Amino acid sequence: MCLSIPSIITQIDVDNIATVDSMGVRRQVSLDLMDQAVTIGDYVLIHVGFAMTKLDEADALASLELYQQIIDEMDAELAEASSAESTLENEQGG
Amino acid sequence: MNLSLKDFYQGFRDPQTIKALALQIEQAAQQLDATPETPLKIMEVCGGHTHTIMKYGLGQILPNNIEFIHGPGCPVCIMPKERIDHAIVLAKMDNTILLTLGDMIRVPGSKSSLAKTRAAGADIRALYTPLDAIKIAQENPDKQVIFFAIGFETTTPMTAAVIKQAIALKLNNLFFHINHVLVPPAVVAIMQDDRCQIDALIGPSHVSVVSGAKIYLPLAEQFQVPIVVSGFEPVDVMQSILKIIQQVVAKKHQVEIQYSRAVSLEGNITAQQLIATYLEPRSHFRWRGLGDIPLSGLGLKAAYTALDAEKVFADQLSNEPIDDHKLCICGDILRGLAKPKDCKVFGRGCDPTRPLGSCMVSSEGACHAYYKYAEVALPSSSQSVDGS
Repeated sequence: MCLSIPSIITQIDVDNIATVDSMGVRRQVSLDLMDQAVTIGDYVLIHVGFAMTKLDEADALASLELYQQIIDEMDAELAEASSAESTLENEQGG
Repeated sequence: MNLSLKDFYQGFRDPQTIKALALQIEQAAQQLDATPETPLKIMEVCGGHTHTIMKYGLGQILPNNIEFIHGPGCPVCIMPKERIDHAIVLAKMDNTILLTLGDMIRVPGSKSSLAKTRAAGADIRALYTPLDAIKIAQENPDKQVIFFAIGFETTTPMTAAVIKQAIALKLNNLFFHINHVLVPPAVVAIMQDDRCQIDALIGPSHVSVVSGAKIYLPLAEQFQVPIVVSGFEPVDVMQSILKIIQQVVAKKHQVEIQYSRAVSLEGNITAQQLIATYLEPRSHFRWRGLGDIPLSGLGLKAAYTALDAEKVFADQLSNEPIDDHKLCICGDILRGLAKPKDCKVFGRGCDPTRPLGSCMVSSEGACHAYYKYAEVALPSSSQSVDGS
């Protein structure tokens, strides 16, 4: 019910309406609830035919970079664990 | 580097990220006092989060000293039967078109549903957007058009925007039956219950886009619990759980915004002002499963009585409370005192095609989600949903 769809503004139409692309689906949405100005190329959240807020691209990018860092740390930890294991095995074997 | 639209979806559903966050959660959870017998109870307030947790099986990859409590945040589920009956009575009136959002159509009232009433000949239409109400009223000047408005804070400003347009266009055949409800009073009602032992809250995504994370500040203070406003994607939920655990370990109870790409502390002021222009809190509103909660629902202000379907058609409508089936334990499920599989009628007399109670009504309800994702949600040792 409260789901909203990330979309990109592709055209500003008349009467405070914009055309957006939501992963291949084109639709027209009202900008009546927007409290920030929007332009073509902005990312917005769409809910029942209205744009409700801009999505902060820099913020999303920072999150994705943080996640990559967390993945890298996990990979490093797993690699360390497996190398410790193989060292142990070698020692036991030797 | 610039993002593409795809990144807003895939980036927050990435299985590697979920796995890496699960590892961090596991490590952090070792510092908790909580045990498998007395787990840390995290309530996801919103049905959208319940859906994500079940769909991605997040409960299965978390340590066993963490438990989810599925909250009341599904506006279709909490609609009491007497108000669904209102919609049906209104739709059956002569010369009437009843409009609502799609989620509402299948939900049974005391005797029927809007879907059945439509099949019997009533003009009932599911809208993609509330804005279509304007067009339908203009195209049908000889009919009374009634918009049965539902939803939490997320969907309320859209109704207010339509009310504004209807007034500007001087439409005299468009009426509003307002069923908008508010998250904080429902959370307070659950948290104040002496039996309830919720340790932390995952705050709703899009309610918070509208209202801002500020609405949770009094809750965090009053109940001394961490509240993390989370996005709806699985990575969002996992990161929010990690943030909650870190707060609990540090003995903090703050409001944090994980979903910062969309949510601010203040929210959407334009939307909030639009709501406040036309709508105001009712003295109380009855929630299916939870009962009467003070100041938890909105209604039209007295200045707009001429648009208010509850007032204009008052002689047709009964407000006599109609309770759920006596075997239904949705109230306990919503309070975190029971799980769907504890219910005697779950999957045996109550299923998504014949819901007896609120939690089975929509895919955002806890029982419906357990039913739909049974294989993910219920380990093999549990009973199957058909009771076999």
